[in-house]
Amino acid sequence: MTALIRLERLTRDFDVSKPWLNRVIERLPRETLRAVSDVSLEIPAGSVYALVGESGSGKSTIGRIVAGLVRASGGTVEIDGVDTVSAAPARVSEVRRELQMIFQDPFASLNPRWKVRRIIAEPVAVRGESTEGLSERLLEQVGLSAADANKYPHEFSGGQRQRICIARALASNPKIIICDEPTSALDVSVQSQVLNLMSDLREELGLTYLFISHDLTVVQHMADRIGVLYLGALVEEAPRDRLFAEPKHPYTQMLFDAAPRMDAFGREVEPPKGEIPDAINPPPGCPYHPRCPMATEVCWTEVPQTRHIGETRVRCHHAE
Amino acid sequence: MTGPVLSVRDLVVEIPTRRGVLRPVDRVSYDIAAGEILGVVGESGAGKSMTGNAVIGLLDRPARITAGEILLTGEPIHGLNGEALRRLRGRRMGMIFQDPLTSLNPLLTVGDQLTETILEHLPVSAAEARKRAIAALEEVGIPAARQRIGSYPHEFSGGMRQRVVIALALCAEPELIVADEPTTALDVSVQAQIIALLKRLCRERGVAVMLVTHDMGVIAEAADRVAVMYAGRLAELGPVREVVGNARHPYTAGLMASTPSASGGHRRLRQIPGAMPRLDAVPDGCPFHPRCERAEARCRQAPEPMLQTCDGRAACWFPVVADEEVPA
Repeated sequence: MTALIRLERLTRDFDVSKPWLNRVIERLPRETLRAVSDVSLEIPAGSVYALVGESGSGKSTIGRIVAGLVRASGGTVEIDGVDTVSAAPARVSEVRRELQMIFQDPFASLNPRWKVRRIIAEPVAVRGESTEGLSERLLEQVGLSAADANKYPHEFSGGQRQRICIARALASNPKIIICDEPTSALDVSVQSQVLNLMSDLREELGLTYLFISHDLTVVQHMADRIGVLYLGALVEEAPRDRLFAEPKHPYTQMLFDAAPRMDAFGREVEPPKGEIPDAINPPPGCPYHPRCPMATEVCWTEVPQTRHIGETRVRCHHAE
Repeated sequence: MTGPVLSVRDLVVEIPTRRGVLRPVDRVSYDIAAGEILGVVGESGAGKSMTGNAVIGLLDRPARITAGEILLTGEPIHGLNGEALRRLRGRRMGMIFQDPLTSLNPLLTVGDQLTETILEHLPVSAAEARKRAIAALEEVGIPAARQRIGSYPHEFSGGMRQRVVIALALCAEPELIVADEPTTALDVSVQAQIIALLKRLCRERGVAVMLVTHDMGVIAEAADRVAVMYAGRLAELGPVREVVGNARHPYTAGLMASTPSASGGHRRLRQIPGAMPRLDAVPDGCPFHPRCERAEARCRQAPEPMLQTCDGRAACWFPVVADEEVPA
């Protein structure tokens, strides 16, 4: 199986320093926030790879780097065999056509002044190709009607708008769709409609998804392979069933325990300790050690390296 | 103590508009006993927040209560306004909202906000109020409360801020707390902490909690009883185990089946076709009938099924019977 997307030691730093005058007067150093730290992963063609993590874990940043909206500070991003960092710009933009993105908020990601026909056809129109009947065909493919092409976004509900976003993403015949929390803004009954639509399209068109979400139940439903992020680092990666059956990293275990469950009536559990630390001054050693029940001295000082345990990749000194 | 802390009877909230009167809350009735958590669940626009706001008297005009009553330990409070209501709010009813950053004053330290609330509602000295403020912060699990009392809201993280809001809601020792999506803006690990905190406070202090949320998982874990709302009406009301485990109303059953669950795997999710009706186009009869596969002629015409006219559990003429397979 060939990897359609390959990330190698991907890193992204953001400069979060105060303005230079403040730095001079108050003698402050430059500060950087490492949003993505040394992430390597491969997404085979036709599969669904999910990134999960809490806020600030870097999951959206990775999606945006792959989509070309944010530059990487280090490491490589290979899409369909083309290294987007070193290849010629023309080649990169060609390969980027195979990649589209769906965003979380279907209210903010559609231009309110454009008709749906123009919104959906835009990715094709900018390339000067014919868009005759394209919007109508795509609208029907995502479960809306062709007549909706003459409406404006405000005439649709949240779920319908997300369908429009999906139709727009499909317009340029992409191979890869990056979905950044595609159903977080939707109600459960609508969420199930959108998730089913995405599953159907994947089968019909052979799409590859990079699925970014904080919702474990949604991820478990959609993904083939799951990567768990904590403070920018990929702490665990495994095929879905493996991960849910046997989470190795204590952070993954904590996430699973903390997630509310439908069958856990009046469950009394010890809630997890602490919160996500400040990403500007992350703790030394393993970033999870201040909250980790298994932490020992080695965790305070040494950053754990990725280890392979069966099908799982895990970054923990003590996982076994 | 006898009788429920909060008792809502046939509550109707109406919004007059140019195109007719909308009813975001339509004949809703429920009780909450001391030490009990009632989960109010529904999709956006179902009227769950509106019900909560009606109880604490924070309806935005032109929305207003046009019928029914709200009783707090037996006393009617739905007719109160202005000063009388202000005295009640904070003292006997506490509120927790979704976004802790907008419910705290960014220009005052959390200590000032707590002592202000305590002094306003309780006959204590300033020194005593400060002591109580520190105790309140300690109780909600803020480390080093004595030092943190001088901090401003922006110096706290999201989870800590929500703890401050809970301390603020509890500091005047109210009998009822209305929590409107208290964990929606928080991460899973912090959400688990806040739910555990709410449950502990509810149990230890015997506070009645109305927990408004869209998250079935949160309800299943925290609530004692559940009220499911649809298009402004109660669709189902019952103990959480019953409602989540053996839903009687087809809407509740559909909601459960469309939630991706741990055991489901890659199987297709069940869908409820369509969307909730807009408030200006609620159909005759049962509001759910256009989306319901069990609907029959009786469902399409008035009178619509209500909890009181059906079995008291589900507002449905043809409820799902336990152990019956829900058709996929």
